[in-house]
Amino acid sequence: MEWKRLPLCFALFAGLTFGTAARSQAADIAISCGAVGQELELCRAGAEAWAKATGNTVKVVSSPNSATERLALYQQLLAGGASDIDVFQLDVVWPGILATHFIDLKPYSKGQEAEHFKTIIDNNTVDGKLIAMPLFTDAGVLYYRKDLLDKHGVKVPETWEEMTKAAEAVQKAERDAGNTSLWGFVFQGRAYEGLTVNALEWIDSFGGGTIVDAEGGVTVNNPKAEAALALAQQWVKKIAPEGVLNYAEEEARGVFQSGNAVFMRNWPYAWALANGEDSPVRGKVGVTALPRGNDGGKHTGVLGGWNLAVSRYSKHPKEAADLAMFLTGKDEQKRRAVVASYNPTMPALYEDEDVVRANPFFKTLYSTFTNAVARPSRVTGQNYNRVSYAFWGAVHEVLAGKTEAGPALARLESELKRMSRRGW
Amino acid sequence: MKSSAPPADPDRARVRNAWVFLAPTLIALAIVAGWPLARTIWFSFTDARLDDLTRYGFVGLDNYLAYDDGEWYGVLAEADWWNAVSVTLWFTVVSVSLEVVFGLAVALALNVRFPLRGVVRAAILVPWAIPTVVSAKMWAWMLNDQFGVINYVLMGLGIIGTPIAWTASADTALWAVLTVDVWKSTPFMALLFLAALQMLPQDCYEAAKVDGIGPVRALWYITLPLLRPAIITAVIFRALDALRIFDLIYVLTSNARSTMSMSIYARQQLVDFQDVGYGSAASTLLFLIIAMITISVIALGRLDFDKGATR
Repeated sequence: MEWKRLPLCFALFAGLTFGTAARSQAADIAISCGAVGQELELCRAGAEAWAKATGNTVKVVSSPNSATERLALYQQLLAGGASDIDVFQLDVVWPGILATHFIDLKPYSKGQEAEHFKTIIDNNTVDGKLIAMPLFTDAGVLYYRKDLLDKHGVKVPETWEEMTKAAEAVQKAERDAGNTSLWGFVFQGRAYEGLTVNALEWIDSFGGGTIVDAEGGVTVNNPKAEAALALAQQWVKKIAPEGVLNYAEEEARGVFQSGNAVFMRNWPYAWALANGEDSPVRGKVGVTALPRGNDGGKHTGVLGGWNLAVSRYSKHPKEAADLAMFLTGKDEQKRRAVVASYNPTMPALYEDEDVVRANPFFKTLYSTFTNAVARPSRVTGQNYNRVSYAFWGAVHEVLAGKTEAGPALARLESELKRMSRRGW
Repeated sequence: MKSSAPPADPDRARVRNAWVFLAPTLIALAIVAGWPLARTIWFSFTDARLDDLTRYGFVGLDNYLAYDDGEWYGVLAEADWWNAVSVTLWFTVVSVSLEVVFGLAVALALNVRFPLRGVVRAAILVPWAIPTVVSAKMWAWMLNDQFGVINYVLMGLGIIGTPIAWTASADTALWAVLTVDVWKSTPFMALLFLAALQMLPQDCYEAAKVDGIGPVRALWYITLPLLRPAIITAVIFRALDALRIFDLIYVLTSNARSTMSMSIYARQQLVDFQDVGYGSAASTLLFLIIAMITISVIALGRLDFDKGATR
């Protein structure tokens, strides 16, 4: 042993100890972001900008694309009281399910919530606590191939029936001309939360209500809902590939963006990607409101969107809240809207020139975004997942042709009534 | 009795030693297997929820079966549960049978001497070596209706006219899952059988040769009876695996009702619906079903052995 080196060792040891002590002033924050479309890159860039400005470090954790699986993952982490993730990205339907695990952000927001859409802030307020700040909002929209509709002299459809006819006509004409892999319509038909959203859009646009009404009554079994589902059943195999029964957002976008679909139901994020430099359909895509049902129907987009919440088990709640406020702030929202078409949650940004230039439909479809229909997550509370599962399960069976719309809805109604027999 | 006391001492010491040596294993087993199992069974009698596991009430057998207001409730009254049971049992019977047949065929082929046998033996293990989630995802892409290589090949050969959505349609989804499982597990069966084949006494075969018995009859009357213990062990192993199948089905078809296995049902109740009480009841039933099947397979295997011995 070389004793001469002992003092050096002590010095190193002391240096390391004090060094880390000094560094521990800066917090190490982990944020869980979505990874659908460009979400992850945007989140990483934003988080790193914050880290640079504040001297903290940020770790970005990606999560499953399917909202259903993401929720399951979060529930396991939070149920275990894990402090591994400080900032969580929450779907608009989750506050009711997860509220107890998050801190009240009011002390940190300094009134910033007033700049956001009030409906979303209300949605994120549980028992008087603001548990999440809005990151971006969402509503379903209809993408269409401008070039193909023009080529075959078809109008942009107003109703679902018109869309079905237009899809059939274009698909047939194009296939006869040799474009054999073209389909009329793609949407999210996998057995997961996205199917609940899609099917609720069809049903509500026919005037068939929102599964469970605001008072908690089960309303789903009605002739209008049946008509909507019966029409959707006709799509599969005729204008939509059978594989749509296993498509989530990105699978549908894969088909549309590679030029193999005339219409697509998706969220606004697909706009920036469909017009990206490497996109085969760049400049050929139009966006409009989702069609309405036949008579007395309305254009319905279901409210989606994501929020940031700070875990109660976080070791650095102050810094985590600061990161959440930074990412949900105006500059970040604007950047995400311009770069990747994520809808801002602030009315002011829909007037912003740069935002509108990048996404013209933000302005034309403004009412779609502000009047989006909410899923019945508030009234069903803890049971929302069960309701949604029963609903998408019934719809999936109808789409797969295993049952007809009428009997499926009747069965669903009795199932939901069983569930709510002692109130939701 | 009188005289047995002094020599019993070393025996007792040996028994004590045995317990001392066994203790770490028993304690470890109690911690990692016994305690969670007991806790799950206990939770199945409560209304615990995942978001707060400290507060719950005792509800008796309500999670299993309850009669309320003219209707039955509980796991045992749930159509989805019984569907999951039948899916799982069907899957187990069909997949394990196919794996036994294919595994035997592969093992018999590999038992013959041929050039590069070592390489082939190693190569055939590849599917088993890949983690299930990875191979499931790989197959999900190969089975994809738009970009999948399987549709491409089948269409190129003119077997099908339009692409088939293998994992989407309920008719083909379960068969797709089954195919992937057989692909993955056959090597494991083959390995077990191959090990057993190499232990078989050669004198039986020599005697058979002397008696002028052909290879098919030798297989039927010598190889298979001698392999029976190995086959039963392998079947129990695989059946246990198949009965709790989760990852493959979950990756390929997610929570779809028509392909839901018992494990997926229990997980959905526990995690997606946060209903620890109900999910624990389903898990407990799953445990009981697997235990019953295992015990009966072992019992049947034993009976056959005895018959064979007395004959």
